[in-house]
Amino acid sequence: MTAPADLTVVENEAAQARFDDLIAQDSRIEPRDWMPDAYRKTLIRQISQHAHSEIIGMQPESNWISRAPSLKRKAILLAKVQDEAGHGLYLYSAAQTLGIGREEMMQQLIEGRARYSSIFNYTTPTWADMGAIGWLVDGAAICNQVPLCRASYGPYGRAMVRICKEESFHQRQGFEILLELMQGTEAQREMAQDAVNRWYWPSLMMFGPPDDESPNSAQSMAWNIKRFSNDDLRQRFVGMLVPQAEVLGVTLPDPNLAWNEERQAYDMSEIDWTEFHEVLAGRGPANAERLRRRREAHEEGAWVREAAAEYARKQALKQQSAA
Amino acid sequence: MSTPGETGTEAWPLWEVFVRANRGLSHVHVGSLHAPDADMAVRNARDLYTRRNEGVSIWVVPADAVTTSDPDAKGAFFESPAGKNYRHAVYYTKSEGVKHL
Repeated sequence: MTAPADLTVVENEAAQARFDDLIAQDSRIEPRDWMPDAYRKTLIRQISQHAHSEIIGMQPESNWISRAPSLKRKAILLAKVQDEAGHGLYLYSAAQTLGIGREEMMQQLIEGRARYSSIFNYTTPTWADMGAIGWLVDGAAICNQVPLCRASYGPYGRAMVRICKEESFHQRQGFEILLELMQGTEAQREMAQDAVNRWYWPSLMMFGPPDDESPNSAQSMAWNIKRFSNDDLRQRFVGMLVPQAEVLGVTLPDPNLAWNEERQAYDMSEIDWTEFHEVLAGRGPANAERLRRRREAHEEGAWVREAAAEYARKQALKQQSAA
Repeated sequence: MSTPGETGTEAWPLWEVFVRANRGLSHVHVGSLHAPDADMAVRNARDLYTRRNEGVSIWVVPADAVTTSDPDAKGAFFESPAGKNYRHAVYYTKSEGVKHL
């Protein structure tokens, strides 16, 4: 890693100027480049939180793998959950290029010192939740993530390109689940609508607090990590949802949702941010359960990791003595 | 200097992964992963980076075996080609209008 302490003041100024220059040109910062400490810290936090979200995000859906309504749906769900694991791994690798270790990040997560997207602290009581998660949660994620493909930190942007390619399958399969339910029996339609009612607001909260309460946004935008504000992305997402909801035949649970001709955007109700802060503070429906399961999986897998490392060590020794 | 991300202190080393998308193309760097040994690294790379037929061949290289150019040298290391535009075909303009040249 670059050690800023070793640089003289003059060298530091030159390095900062070069960094500023690259950002001004909308170029990319690569792992070996000098970067301000705050930029490095912001990225480590953002990328590792993002990775944790993917890893924890496997849980609400894994709940339905054994109960999927058909073999086809089970195979699709398995592939999707495997993708989430993959996305977590791409992102951990990207974060590591900034100087944090994989094991350190794992520890932060299982000890409850790291955050992940609060959306995964909601439970998935019905099959329709698989549809609503794909359509709304993955939809919001895509909306957030597409601009991140152009994030100024090279490894992050490259990881996001891979992730976005894979996410579009996730959203479409969710839409399809809901569409099939909406074309089914009355009970199935109710199940689909109920899931949409429960996931709509939490998915809008995924974009983060309103712009005037998002203190780090301006700096992230100045560094070209973030390209659009939380409220802009949220607005864009709602604009995409409305016609999709019409195709599905579901109602979005906001009585004040209406097209505003003057603003050329949708008006909507105020978001209940107390709920958001409660879930963020660890008091959501499944916070404790998610962490407990993650910790268990980590601990129960310890013997596999140790055995594999020991096998590799012995094989290497054998090869050495044979040579 | 090895590639970034390898701390040298973790139980499983870091591997850099390269994938050949199709016959006739080079292996291209796609990312990295942790694995206890080379065999497991290849298998993990298959599961992680080729879930959708992205490749027909995989290379894995221990991250600490990769040597990179000195990042602090920045431009200086790559200075030599600067000002040597006669190495490019466009430098030669007198043949303009002459066919097949």
